Amino acid sequence: MERLRRTMMFVPGANPAMLRDAILYGADSVMFDLEDAVSLKEKDTARVLVYSALKTFDYSSVETVVRVNALDAGGKQDIEAMVLGGINVIRLPKTETAQDIIDVDAVITAVEAKYDIPAGTTHMMAAIESAEGVLNAREIAKASDRMIGIALGAEDYVTSQKTRRYPDGAELSFARNYILHSARAAGIAAIDTVYSDVDNEEGLRHETELIKQLGFDGKSVINPRQIPVINGIYAPTIKEVQKAQEVMAGIREAEAKGSGVIAVNGQMVDKPIVERAERVLALAKATNMEVD
Amino acid sequence: MQTAKTVTVGTMESSDIMITLKPNASGITIDLDSNVKKQFGAHITALMTEVLQKLGINDIAVEAVDKGALDCTIKARTIAAAYRLQGKTDYDWEALNSWNV
Repeated sequence: MERLRRTMMFVPGANPAMLRDAILYGADSVMFDLEDAVSLKEKDTARVLVYSALKTFDYSSVETVVRVNALDAGGKQDIEAMVLGGINVIRLPKTETAQDIIDVDAVITAVEAKYDIPAGTTHMMAAIESAEGVLNAREIAKASDRMIGIALGAEDYVTSQKTRRYPDGAELSFARNYILHSARAAGIAAIDTVYSDVDNEEGLRHETELIKQLGFDGKSVINPRQIPVINGIYAPTIKEVQKAQEVMAGIREAEAKGSGVIAVNGQMVDKPIVERAERVLALAKATNMEVD
Repeated sequence: MQTAKTVTVGTMESSDIMITLKPNASGITIDLDSNVKKQFGAHITALMTEVLQKLGINDIAVEAVDKGALDCTIKARTIAAAYRLQGKTDYDWEALNSWNV
């Protein structure tokens, strides 16, 4: 069962208090930001702060992600420090082509080799923030075995499309669907963009319901207040959990009897239904629902 | 090494420490301002001294304003200040990792 990524919280890399408190808010992933959240003259100090935090705090209850700078703008140093610090995932911003991923993969591979870290330990994800990136999403998603997900970065994207964000999200419809299909075809996660109006809970709720319906794994988050709202929307209902438990019990029973195809409450249960049931139970556990 | 430069790193935000390094003729002197100086002053001073010496800085005047920074923040800020002082932008991560910052 792959890990849940309902919420991926941005944490500014230059802020020691937020680095310390990052795990407290219930996000599935925390994303230390060395890129846009850090001013040009503080890139060096943020990098060593995040490195030092990774070496000190126990982040094992979450997935750690770092948004690095472009390779020609300090990204190589970012990657060396973060891989050495034990980061789980390197997130490349503004990814336009598969070559961008291949180039970052090569840097990670060299760092892992230099420090005797088993090859492939460090995962990657790509943020897609332009028309070019969206159209190349399929190749980007498959560009490296390290890839665990692709994310939409909507603010730059809508600007490149000569529009802005609207409440109904119609301007993101193509990008969301194409990124989602590219991720699924590659067998990796799809993460939706941030909802930047932090005081508008109703808007966040509406957008999260939409992206959950589409099939996204979750959203990027810029404020801890958004986490319970998103996690709540991803929480399954009691009825969904009961149905999933019945499916899993049916599977166990069929396995015990050695029979292949089974039916639960008159409905045939096959592989996609089992996979959905497993995801429902994982979401239920993550929401602290009682699951057998 | 001796230098004529002055550098400042860090902020006055809670949980941070602002460190200024200034030229000093001989030895490391540390002027620490902290709400927890009584309890942790000696520890913070020793930590900064150790980091500076490991990075080859033995003659420097340090002014530090601590706002409740943890050890990992004090180390990170001191390392960044030392590198800036020496005008180096490429960190020796291998060395830093070997003393397990």
